[in-house]
Amino acid sequence: MNLNLTLIGQAIAFAVFVWFCMKYVWPPVMQALQERQKKIADGLDAASRATRDLELAQEKANETLKESKEQAQQILEQANKRANQIVEEARETARAEGERIIESARSEIDQEINRAKEELRSQVSVLAVAGAERILESSIDEAKHRELVDKLAAEL
Amino acid sequence: MAGNNPTSTEYIQHHLQNMTFGLHPEHGWSMAHSAEEASQMGFWAIHVDTMLWSIGLGVLFLVLFRMVAKRASTGVPTGLQNFVEMMVEFVDGSVRETFHGKSKLIAPLSLTIFCWIFLMNLMDLVPVDFLPMLAQKVGAWFGADPAHVYFKVVPTTDVNATFGMSLSVFALIIFYSIRTKGVSGFIAELTLHPFSTSNKFAQILLIPINFLLEAVTLLAKPVSLSLRLFGNLYAGELIFILIAMIGLWQLPLHFPWAVFHILIITLQAFIFMMLTIVYLSMATEEQH
Repeated sequence: MNLNLTLIGQAIAFAVFVWFCMKYVWPPVMQALQERQKKIADGLDAASRATRDLELAQEKANETLKESKEQAQQILEQANKRANQIVEEARETARAEGERIIESARSEIDQEINRAKEELRSQVSVLAVAGAERILESSIDEAKHRELVDKLAAEL
Repeated sequence: MAGNNPTSTEYIQHHLQNMTFGLHPEHGWSMAHSAEEASQMGFWAIHVDTMLWSIGLGVLFLVLFRMVAKRASTGVPTGLQNFVEMMVEFVDGSVRETFHGKSKLIAPLSLTIFCWIFLMNLMDLVPVDFLPMLAQKVGAWFGADPAHVYFKVVPTTDVNATFGMSLSVFALIIFYSIRTKGVSGFIAELTLHPFSTSNKFAQILLIPINFLLEAVTLLAKPVSLSLRLFGNLYAGELIFILIAMIGLWQLPLHFPWAVFHILIITLQAFIFMMLTIVYLSMATEEQH
């Protein structure tokens, strides 16, 4: 156990090692560690932010979906209403048209009847006269009986 | 075993003798051929094996760590970087826990102490005869008498190595004390503590007593620091040597002692580092 020059040599070696470690080993490793720490913290931050964003987006999507469903429902209702309306209108129109047709048919029929009546009337007098002529077997003074026959015809 | 059938005493002594190069009063600068010659050299001698192994291991540590530091990436660390980062974080955590001041030196200092001492201690696990015998063969090749080629592999079993470190730490303790408290503060700490009184006259009487106590406290730090490490490793090495002497039966004994020694190796490195941090943090703390 003899102390000698080795002591000083060791002290110098130690000092040089510490200096080297302090200068060239510690700072880069420490820096890398801190940078990684920061990176991880950032990553975690980003992840939580992304999760929040995702939640928001999902919420938004749900809302949009709900809105569009409502809208669709509304549109559907409107369409139904419109369809009903159209059907109603069509029915109305059809009825009106039918009524009109019936009306016109009826008036035509009336006209026809009237015309037929006219015709009959005009012919009835002739027929009546002819009948009467035949019945009486004699000539009748047409002028004399015209008034009578016309009166008869008017009663028809 | 060493030499031509040496006795047990010779064998042990041979293993505990450093390879010494120094200024011999008769032979001038030369290798010591025996323990007597080495002790005759006095202070002007250097333990070649201690220097070689300690510097070699220190360079190994720095090269390894520098390699990683140079290409340290912030991405996913792999292999060696993982290990280096683990060490750095471990040391950094220990320093943060204990040392509350701000210093760029303490953490790298602690890392160097821990890794260097650990590597030096680790040489203890190399079977005790391997490297010395290799050195003898090499010495014989160079024309030296193999019996006089000494080679002590574990630098921390050399007090010079442990004192080299602990005295450097001691210098740092004094430097930090003076930097934080000033020269007067440092002197006051040494003389006005632990006994203090408001009576001026009594205080003057107490100064020598205080100084004695505080000086012992202060000087005990480097001495205990280095002798603890030295003692543990020296004893461990000695037991390895003793085990190595008993022939075939060394195998079942060597293994458990080596396993147990792994604990001592790590623990001593850690204790040296931790105490350094504690001493330096005490030095930088404001006056009580």
